[in-house]
Amino acid sequence: MLAQLQELLDQGRASAAALTTAAQLDEWYSTYLGKKGALTTVLRGIGSLPAEDRPQAGKDANTVKVALEELYRARSEAIEREALQAELASGALDVFLPGRPASLGMMHLSSQTLREITAVFSRMGFGVLRSPEVEDDNTNFQLLNIPPHHPARDMWSTFYTDQPGLLLRPHTSPGQIYAMKKFAPEPFRVILPGKCYRYEQVTSRSEMMFHQVEAIAVGENITMGDLKGVLTYFARAMFGSERKVRLRPSYFPFTEPSAEVDIECYLCEGKGCPMCKHSGWLEILGSGMIHPQVLRNGGYDPERYSGFALGMGPERIAILRHNITDIRYFFGNDLRFLEQFA
Amino acid sequence: MLVPISWLKEYVDIDLTPEALAETLTLGGLEVEGITHIGEGWARDKVMVGQVLGVRQHPQADRLVLANVEYGADEPLEVVTGAPNLHVGDRGQKVVLALVGARLIDGHAEGTHYTVLKRGKIRGIESAGMVCSEKELGVSDEHTGIVILPDDAPVGKPLADYWGETVLDITLEANMARCLSVLGVAREVAALTGKTLKRPEQVTPPAGTPIDGHVAVQIADPDLCLRYSASLIRNVEIRPSPEWMQRRLALAGMRPINNVVDITNYVMLEIGQPLHAFDYHQVQPLAGGSVPTIVVRRAHPGETMTTLDGNLRQLNGDMLLITDGSGPVAIAGVMGGLESEITAQTHDILLEAANFQYINNRKTAGALKIPSEASYRFGRGVDPELTLVALERAISLLYSYGGGTPAQDYVDVYPGRTPDKVIDFRVSEVKRLLGLDLSAAEVAGLLRSLEFSCEELPGNVLRVGVPSYRLDVTISADLVEEVARLYGYDNLPTTLIDDQMPSQIPSRDLALEEHLRDVLVGVGLAEIITYSITSLESVAKLSPEGALPDPAEYIRLVNPLSSDHEYMRRTLMNTSLETLAANLRYQERAALFEIGNIYLRTEAQRLPDQPRRLSVALAGARAERSWLGQSDAMDFYDLKGVLEVLNQRFGVSTELVRSTHPSFHPGKAVDIVLDGAVIGVMGEVHPTVVSAFEIEAPHVGLLELDLEAFLGAAGSLIKFKPISRMPRMSEDLALVVAEDVRSDEVERTIREAGGALLADVVLFDVYRNAQLGAGRKSLAYNLTYQAPDRTLTTEQSAKLRERILRQVAQRHQAELRA
Ligand SMILES: [Zn+2]
Repeated sequence: MLAQLQELLDQGRASAAALTTAAQLDEWYSTYLGKKGALTTVLRGIGSLPAEDRPQAGKDANTVKVALEELYRARSEAIEREALQAELASGALDVFLPGRPASLGMMHLSSQTLREITAVFSRMGFGVLRSPEVEDDNTNFQLLNIPPHHPARDMWSTFYTDQPGLLLRPHTSPGQIYAMKKFAPEPFRVILPGKCYRYEQVTSRSEMMFHQVEAIAVGENITMGDLKGVLTYFARAMFGSERKVRLRPSYFPFTEPSAEVDIECYLCEGKGCPMCKHSGWLEILGSGMIHPQVLRNGGYDPERYSGFALGMGPERIAILRHNITDIRYFFGNDLRFLEQFA
Repeated sequence: MLVPISWLKEYVDIDLTPEALAETLTLGGLEVEGITHIGEGWARDKVMVGQVLGVRQHPQADRLVLANVEYGADEPLEVVTGAPNLHVGDRGQKVVLALVGARLIDGHAEGTHYTVLKRGKIRGIESAGMVCSEKELGVSDEHTGIVILPDDAPVGKPLADYWGETVLDITLEANMARCLSVLGVAREVAALTGKTLKRPEQVTPPAGTPIDGHVAVQIADPDLCLRYSASLIRNVEIRPSPEWMQRRLALAGMRPINNVVDITNYVMLEIGQPLHAFDYHQVQPLAGGSVPTIVVRRAHPGETMTTLDGNLRQLNGDMLLITDGSGPVAIAGVMGGLESEITAQTHDILLEAANFQYINNRKTAGALKIPSEASYRFGRGVDPELTLVALERAISLLYSYGGGTPAQDYVDVYPGRTPDKVIDFRVSEVKRLLGLDLSAAEVAGLLRSLEFSCEELPGNVLRVGVPSYRLDVTISADLVEEVARLYGYDNLPTTLIDDQMPSQIPSRDLALEEHLRDVLVGVGLAEIITYSITSLESVAKLSPEGALPDPAEYIRLVNPLSSDHEYMRRTLMNTSLETLAANLRYQERAALFEIGNIYLRTEAQRLPDQPRRLSVALAGARAERSWLGQSDAMDFYDLKGVLEVLNQRFGVSTELVRSTHPSFHPGKAVDIVLDGAVIGVMGEVHPTVVSAFEIEAPHVGLLELDLEAFLGAAGSLIKFKPISRMPRMSEDLALVVAEDVRSDEVERTIREAGGALLADVVLFDVYRNAQLGAGRKSLAYNLTYQAPDRTLTTEQSAKLRERILRQVAQRHQAELRA
């Protein structure tokens, strides 16, 4: 019996070594360990042994069974491992082919710039408001200290509508009036972004439509020093902390004093080039302390309150930052342009 | 304004370089836009003043001569020239001599081409230099003759030192009218550089007979004519003005004409007071009188006159005229009349220095479209105190350069005299508005340098007298600006607002709009921004019949740039489709969105409604083409997917009904409804409309949504819903329904019947076949059951399923497919 078992084990061991596929392994299993397999046949023979030999034979048979099962398990793992190896070896991708194109959206460059400007002012406590694009002469001009036929009107080439007194606002400054009327007599800080329009031939340097952002702060202790501080903070946030900023006197009928703000030309770093008309400086915005009459028009006592206002064009800022050569790209909406800023 | 620096130096000492001066002026509020150096390229040892010693004929050429020119060297130089203003036998003329090596402009070439003068032989004669034309020197385009310099030009002097000039181009803001003159700029230079203003020396001519009885002036409309001063100058010889004056006028951008006209212009450029010269003998007395009389009055309705430029002008009752006994002789402060013009025969002149109301002057010059140097100044405001100063200066020049004798005294009618302006200025305003600590004495020092008078009053107040020419200064804030300007904006402190932070202003509406942008970008759309000003023709393309919309509904511009941009838009659809078409010309897909206002005329209120709209336009392949295969074309369902994302992300429940909007395919469009009101439309664009926009794509998806309504309905802060950790059970139900049963309604019924235990419903298959029969379709739903707090038993899920099947059978006659 023992010899029989030993032979069975030797046979099983020898044949198992030659197995390479799962099917062969299954066949091996039924040959040796299956219900009709060799081991079963040997076990059946145990019954015919003398009673005193049976326990030993049973023990031996079980040892052989365990050994065969171990053989099976080991061989099975080996075959699986080999199969996986073979699969991995044949399953390599051409990893150098292009990926599957993703369909990505993007914001318009003007919107992106507006959002950035909003974020910078938001850090300084400015909220956001809007005021109408189709505006009346009174709010757009007269309440801003610009009476009809005033020479300062030449500063804004304006589109007029067929409804007398209505025009397309050429600047966001009428927003100052809305903001003041909304908050008077409380101190406030807001920006007013939006579209503006100018009666100007569309060229690489001028557009009939553009965005502006008006920023306005009114309070009891607001000085031109604060305006300088806010402008410096803004210019550094948008153009880099090393960029020089300068204020120079200018004129807007609704501010007194008024200041134009220049940043150091980033192309020539202030040395002078065609971009900056050889001045070393690029104009980025207009600003000033709100004129007492305008404060009064907005509902504030100019003896007690003061404030500043500033206005800038996001397209102008984007042009300067990204070195864009033609303003017409903005509303030309060519995806080949817009995608560059995605 | 063009300002030659040599002229400026007659009024103020300048020891800065032109660049430093430009910087100082710019930082003082007079923006220098450009600096032109004339004669920069004239080498001092190669281009100089010469004098012709003699001219002889060129032996080999009839049209050339040989000029022997002395130029301070040991030997004179003989040069060949073909200049028509040098003749055989000439001598004594002062000319510009250039030597070999001088860099000049090629006088014969178009435009500006520099060449270096070389030694050469012209028709056999050696020439080591040349006499130059203005063009060759880069002074003007004049090349018909050579430059003849004034007789007193110093021979041998480098031309750069004699004739070189630096001209500043200054841009002046509307409040800087006082600087529209050399004097005005010089005054700023003096204040900004700490110098004292000086006056050029001038000759005082001997006075002739008194003017009294020879000229009379009446101002009929004193509201428009603040002052009228006049002088009478006799026996003026009309001739060219001196070369230096012509040259300065040219540098300042004015054309020299004759001594009288040039002197009036010169004084205007120098002092800022426009002058006008009449031929005295053309000025008529009034009816019944004998004294030539000027009457300043408004034009009569229908009155006309012929101006200097020869145009007949139609006048209206708002225009101010200078008239005499015979009618209008000038449009006040705008342009003179042809009849009283100075001519070669003129010898006695009536010189006007007047002051006209600036807004009226602007209106007249604007209405007649006559931009002139005079109205440019009057229209911005001229100091009324200037008239006599200007007359005095002009008389002196007319005496020196025209031999004219002035009558004694002036006629001076001054109804617009105003009291001197005085501002009691609280010095604390400087601190309050600029954040700058200055004492009263320091502030007074700054203001005095600008010719303001300052008297210290108790209580830290300055009594400030405003110079008459400071028409722009009326209130304390104006003085604050002057202090800031002179102190230097760069020297002001830089602070961050010290005030308490105002309460935050939540602008939820704008925050939602920004969130909307993010969501739309997230679903793969590219943002565009199109013009708000459109044309009716563009809008008409949205109609399959090409019908023009009713113009009465639109806000129209009265001064459009072109007919393409004349009406304020009422929809974003047309410009969205135009942008889609433009982009599809070079790429195979485009998926766009725009957020922008439309403009709706309202009768009730003055301002139009300007609500925001969203548009989405898409066409072409769903994804970029690649080696992985080409994707299908986008269609209605891509658009609907976008709307569903918006509904979900903003917590808005819009409903859909089939749309009859004419721009869309009748079977592939829906109106978007919120609370019973249509707030938008979406679908595939009508094929005829697609063609009208010249789009080539199988389907063009277009959506337009009223954002005020949509964002207005957006849910507020999202509240957390607990997530069940219990096992889920899933099963598929295929329901057969009639074709006209809406799947979204079936789904709603399923959800209602399933209640809280039905976690999700997904329609995963729709099909029709012969087995189902005509007019029927199968909707296959995958249902997920899940309880928040326990494991559902099969009995419970079977019960749910029964309830759902009962409800869909009842409401939609749906049958479970076997
Ligand atoms: Zn530069």
